[in-house]
Amino acid sequence: MLDDMEDNRRGFLKCMAWAGTGALFAFGGGVGTSVGLDSALAAPLKSTPTRPFTFVQLSDSHIGFNKPPNADARATFREAVAKVKALPQQPDFIIHTGDVSQLSRDDEFDDADQILKEAGLPVFFVPGEHDMLDPDGGKAFRDRFGKGTKGDGWYSFDHRGVHFIALINVADLKPGGMGNLGAEQLKWLKADLAGRHSSTPIVVFAHIPLWTVYAEWGWGTDDATEAMKLLARFGSVTVLNGHIHQITQKVEGKIAFHTARSTAFPQPVAGTAPSPGPLKVPTEQLHSMLGITDAVFVRGSERIAVIDSTLA
Amino acid sequence: MNRAFKILSFQAAALVAGGLMMTTVSVVTHAAVAPAATTVRIDNFSFNAPLVTVKAGTTVTWVNGDDIPHTVVAANGAFKSKVLDTDDRFSFTFAKPGQFSYFCSLHPHMTGKIVVKA
Repeated sequence: MLDDMEDNRRGFLKCMAWAGTGALFAFGGGVGTSVGLDSALAAPLKSTPTRPFTFVQLSDSHIGFNKPPNADARATFREAVAKVKALPQQPDFIIHTGDVSQLSRDDEFDDADQILKEAGLPVFFVPGEHDMLDPDGGKAFRDRFGKGTKGDGWYSFDHRGVHFIALINVADLKPGGMGNLGAEQLKWLKADLAGRHSSTPIVVFAHIPLWTVYAEWGWGTDDATEAMKLLARFGSVTVLNGHIHQITQKVEGKIAFHTARSTAFPQPVAGTAPSPGPLKVPTEQLHSMLGITDAVFVRGSERIAVIDSTLA
Repeated sequence: MNRAFKILSFQAAALVAGGLMMTTVSVVTHAAVAPAATTVRIDNFSFNAPLVTVKAGTTVTWVNGDDIPHTVVAANGAFKSKVLDTDDRFSFTFAKPGQFSYFCSLHPHMTGKIVVKA
């Protein structure tokens, strides 16, 4: 049993450190690593022969949020973007894993757009549930940030040999349930993955965690296991989510799961508060709460080295 | 005599007017006494009265006390609020008997039910 588990641990994930304002991912030789933005600023990534590329994940900017503990979510988002801009090795792009806005208002989307433009980088979005509040249930978000996407906004793209998949799990949610992908999207995902070599590194991003962090607070996706079955044959799968405003991480088989911190406000650790509402830390503590660096190191087997797609 | 009649008729008119006013007041009082309204608060990501039983004709008002927006959406499509930010309200009058399960479409683990009796 243990041997089987070891055999399945092809996934290699190395998280040097995490920062509250964003996570930086680097790909080199098919191995995904991540470092906190603060660490990256302090010590530039070493270049490797495979010319690694990096991208940044931002999440849960909640533009328009103005209650304790953060009276100005625009300002903290701008700080996060400024940190990205200051990275010595500029990322190839940014992904935003949802809850761009607080209430799906046009001015909130406008401001998020303007602030992100300051980075001067392409940005790939998925909506959070806060971005689906217009009368048409997410059309305002899709018109602005999801042009050319399919269904409720899903899409995929390739970048230097890595296949990126944006999934939507905040549309048409069911009473009593959690996040939901739905049959139509799962069918699309199956077709999207068909014919791809299992050595292709995969990055999946969606707003709500694609594994059950805490069902009592709805921190999970009801039909995520269906998606994971489709991804199971790939040698390197990294799943990036937001929604819960804190770092959590899990490696299961070849699939590494992460959730990112918010740029707006922290939320309690699962089950430690009456509700998942904003953690009302004193103003002077907000940045340190968002900026706590959590060092995690997960060692996989050497098998990852056999991945034959380079990212050069 | 003529003058006294005038006074009496004025008093009669006043009495008639007073009687009308009393009738109006009693109607208003009757409406206020009837159990035709109830409130469900939303606090800590939950409907604080998850099961409410009311008579047909009752207006139910939901009030969001959280710092995070919520919605109130009937599973059968009977009603659907706009997004309720902090302290926002949504009301719906249940005209006919029935059972109405509802949830928050942002946080679907939040569920509640209104039972309407005849």
